[in-house]
Amino acid sequence: MNYIIGAFKPACHVTVTFSDEKSRKKVALKKEDGQTVMVPLFRSLETISGRVSVEPVLGKKVEHNGIKMELLGQIEMYLDRGNFYDFTSLVRELDIAGEIYERKTFPFEFSNVEMPYETYNGLNVRLRYVLKVTINRGYGGSVVQYQDFVVHNYTPTPTINSSIKMEVGIEDCLHIEFEYNKSKYHLKDIILGKIYFLLVRIKIKNMDLEIRRRESTGSGSSTHVETETLAKFELMDGTPVRGESIPIRLFLSPYELTPTYQNINNKFSVKYFLNLVLVDEEDRRYFKQQEITLYRLADSARQGETL
Amino acid sequence: MVIVNGMEDEDKWLAEGIAGIQHNAVCLHRALDSDNLRDALKYAAQLLSELRTSRLSPHKYYELYMRAFDEMRRLEIFFKEEDRHGCSVVDLHELVQHAGNVLPRLYLLCTVGSVYIKSKEALAKDVLKDLVEMCRAVQHPVRGLFLRSYLAQISRDKLPDIGSEFEGEGDTVMDAVEFVLQNFTEMNKLWVRMQHQGPFIEKQKLEKERNELRDLVGKNLHVISQIEGVDLDIYRDTVLPKVLEQIINCKDELAQYYLMDCMIQVFPDEYHLKTLETLLGACPQLLPTVDLKTVLSQLMERLSNYASSNPELLPEFLQVEAFSKLSNAIGKVIAAQVDMPIVGTFTLYVSLLTFTLRVHPDQLDYVDQVLGSCVKKLSGKPKAEVSKATKQVIALLSAPLDKYDDIVRALTLSNYPRVMDHLDSGPNKVMAMVIINSIMKNKTCVSTSDKVEVLFELIKGLLKDLDGASTEELDDEDFNEEQNSVACLMHMLYNDDPEEMLKIICTVWKHVVVGGSRRLPFTVPPLVFSALKLVRRVQSQDGDVTDEESPATPRKIFQLLSQIIDALSAVPAPELALRLYLQCAEAANDCELEPVAYDLFTQAFVLYEEEIVDSKAQVVAIHLIIGTLQRMHVFGVENRDTLTHKATGYSAKLLKKPDQCRAVYACSHLFWIDDQDSNKDGERVLLCLKRSLRIANAAQQMSNVTRGISGPVTLFVEILNKYIYFFEKGNPQISPSAIQDLIELIKTELQSDGITLPWSPALDPFLTSTLRYIKFQKQKGGAMGEKYGAIKL
Repeated sequence: MNYIIGAFKPACHVTVTFSDEKSRKKVALKKEDGQTVMVPLFRSLETISGRVSVEPVLGKKVEHNGIKMELLGQIEMYLDRGNFYDFTSLVRELDIAGEIYERKTFPFEFSNVEMPYETYNGLNVRLRYVLKVTINRGYGGSVVQYQDFVVHNYTPTPTINSSIKMEVGIEDCLHIEFEYNKSKYHLKDIILGKIYFLLVRIKIKNMDLEIRRRESTGSGSSTHVETETLAKFELMDGTPVRGESIPIRLFLSPYELTPTYQNINNKFSVKYFLNLVLVDEEDRRYFKQQEITLYRLADSARQGETL
Repeated sequence: MVIVNGMEDEDKWLAEGIAGIQHNAVCLHRALDSDNLRDALKYAAQLLSELRTSRLSPHKYYELYMRAFDEMRRLEIFFKEEDRHGCSVVDLHELVQHAGNVLPRLYLLCTVGSVYIKSKEALAKDVLKDLVEMCRAVQHPVRGLFLRSYLAQISRDKLPDIGSEFEGEGDTVMDAVEFVLQNFTEMNKLWVRMQHQGPFIEKQKLEKERNELRDLVGKNLHVISQIEGVDLDIYRDTVLPKVLEQIINCKDELAQYYLMDCMIQVFPDEYHLKTLETLLGACPQLLPTVDLKTVLSQLMERLSNYASSNPELLPEFLQVEAFSKLSNAIGKVIAAQVDMPIVGTFTLYVSLLTFTLRVHPDQLDYVDQVLGSCVKKLSGKPKAEVSKATKQVIALLSAPLDKYDDIVRALTLSNYPRVMDHLDSGPNKVMAMVIINSIMKNKTCVSTSDKVEVLFELIKGLLKDLDGASTEELDDEDFNEEQNSVACLMHMLYNDDPEEMLKIICTVWKHVVVGGSRRLPFTVPPLVFSALKLVRRVQSQDGDVTDEESPATPRKIFQLLSQIIDALSAVPAPELALRLYLQCAEAANDCELEPVAYDLFTQAFVLYEEEIVDSKAQVVAIHLIIGTLQRMHVFGVENRDTLTHKATGYSAKLLKKPDQCRAVYACSHLFWIDDQDSNKDGERVLLCLKRSLRIANAAQQMSNVTRGISGPVTLFVEILNKYIYFFEKGNPQISPSAIQDLIELIKTELQSDGITLPWSPALDPFLTSTLRYIKFQKQKGGAMGEKYGAIKL
């Protein structure tokens, strides 16, 4: 469990435990220090309950002005000097001012908490959920303890999910038509499709399909956009001729993807693109980028899909 | 220099590739040993990445491929054992597809696919179909070909064939066929495309490399042919049309040739026969440069082998009209391939002809049709061009001869001579010789004048100087051999019916007579003897021929004979003519045709007088005349007198004394014919002998004067022998004393020879044996002994 590493020696140990700690699914979360920890996973409108135990350091008493617990949803913008914006903040008083001589536990419960946004760790922005325990002390500083948890929200299978079909080209040089079977993919989905070569006058060396994530933070003139390539998947090796069609089958599961986020709390957006890249023998690149929507599908909703 | 470096570089790259594979293989084995699936997949993918190289020629790439292939087999075994890696085949199937690079990904996918089918968790056809589709992602010809050939390899034992464990439940033979066909089509496309991959200057190298890869493509056809379930229906309705479509559409010379050949080789002959039209229909649609003659020749050879090993199938060949289809196809191919050299054209015709002869030996009209097509093709072509295909044309013309063992059948082919007409004089002669040799070898008898006419028309190259060939310098030896062959041939012409035989002779004569002076000495004698044979046959058949209406009377034949022999005068060949006249005269004698015989003798004498000037020839001729005349019994006294008188006269007029002497004593026989009592004139015999003695004497003296010695007494001994002969025969004019005198004379001659040595019998063996003979007769006793008694030695 977590220890508070304060400037002074800690007066007590604070431990947070969830009531369904054993049965609840845990997912990996990357901390600021680069370590990965396993933390419980929640959905919006779930009840988050458990207990906090406070254990004074041997033989000492803890004098305090009250103990409270907060559930915080924070957005941290790295470019904004690490400022936090709390979009959710719930408080529970655990204890009134007093003294603690020995280990004492306090139950807590946040019922049906609305957590509309998912936990997200991006390049320039972080969205986190945390339980914050504060033991207020007049002097010697307060004792603060954080407990992270992760929120994933599931989306039902979209009712409208048309394929993406497009013809692109450079006049008298290269004409292709590509087709992705859907425009919306869940995170464990498979992208199927085909690329038709309608006209090939250049010697193509290979063709890749990239998954790119565009993260935009801020708004207005201060909008900052960062793009990273999460997947580079070779689709074709060699020079096709007119009339060839190349199959696409890309499994999304191996990649660390998130759903598409649209204007989260007016702070940031995350979009995904499929980038089709053709490279010719002189290493010139020809590409076409196409946005896709990613969404999170409940595991139970996924059918046994093969191929 | 560049190339050398290129080669060295390639070896280096190959070595690097192999090292890469080996390194990853070690890691892979370690992962497999510890049942570590994730590592196994990682190292397998790295290992396979070595196959992504573009720097190796197909040959070297193959080496790399084989190494990777071996590793994949290990991996496949590991994949099969689920309890080792704990991953279901379905999950495994997804897992391998996470590989980022397409080539390793597809090799792995094929490997898992193989396990997948084996596990029967999915239909074989679905897995196969998916694999063959996914492999499209590799468009690089060499890499693609090897990948697909890997696919073909791992799928071979997993096709849903009849009797296979993967058949049934929605998996049918058709699925197997479609899978292989698709893989074939894709491979062929890649293969064809290879030629466009490099710079133009490397075209030759590329072609060579492509050739090295062709069996990868052809293997697919072989696989289809091995599928049990591919019966005639599937072959005809699916396999053949699809494959042909691919062959035609790929528009590549190398591929079209190789694949057509492949089709013909891998599928059963029965299928070819039943789908002949479709198969042949494709031929004219191929590129004009494709070597179709080889392809079609192969096909025809196979079909004819098929037919000859299964004679019961012949009706089937007829039913499908194999011949006309082939013939049509060849016509179309020739029309389509305008640039086909004439050699090619004729190779095709030779094949077709061979096929026809083997499959339909009875259908002479087929053979004639083939020849007819050749004539059409040949007409209008300059001989110079035709001469390039001489070998083929000769093969074409020889084929029927070889087949039929009987030239007579070939003679009924109306187009046969027309083809021959297109040959240059040289090859024409060669062909004529082939024909003659065929006749001689098979001892074929040509029995009608019509056939003889055709035959001689065929070999006319030997019989006369063809246009434009007269200036040609002929090798004497060859010429003699040719003419001897013609002479031999004449003895093969025979018909029991004298009338027809005469016609044959006339026909031959018609052809022979234009042969010119060089040929006649060869051709006339056999003809003459052939005619004489006929004369004797007619004679023996019906004792005396009274039917003057019959064309084949000896008299008429003799007329022809004198005509024939007369032709020799133009050569001139008087000695030969003389001999032939004498032969004829003898025959006439046997036929009791006095005037004819007399006339022939006259001819002989005229020749002797006018044409034979060489003294040696004269000696020979006069002896022949004497010999023949001696045997003649047909002449009346008057004629006989005239002729004998002439002969004796000529004998005495020979140039050399010894010749004179011998001729004269030979003449003595003309007056003493043993079996004709009417012809025994002892006096004239003695006259001749005395005359010859005188000449011998004169000769002796002459040599005495000119050379100082009188020479041997041979002539005397010879005359002595004649004396003895007639003495024994009972010529009253020859008395023992005459013989004794002669012996004395010889002895004196010997002693006066100037040789001081005493005479010894050993000096003259001839004389010695003659004397010994007389002694022997004396001692023998009996009537003859008594006769000889009067002679004292």
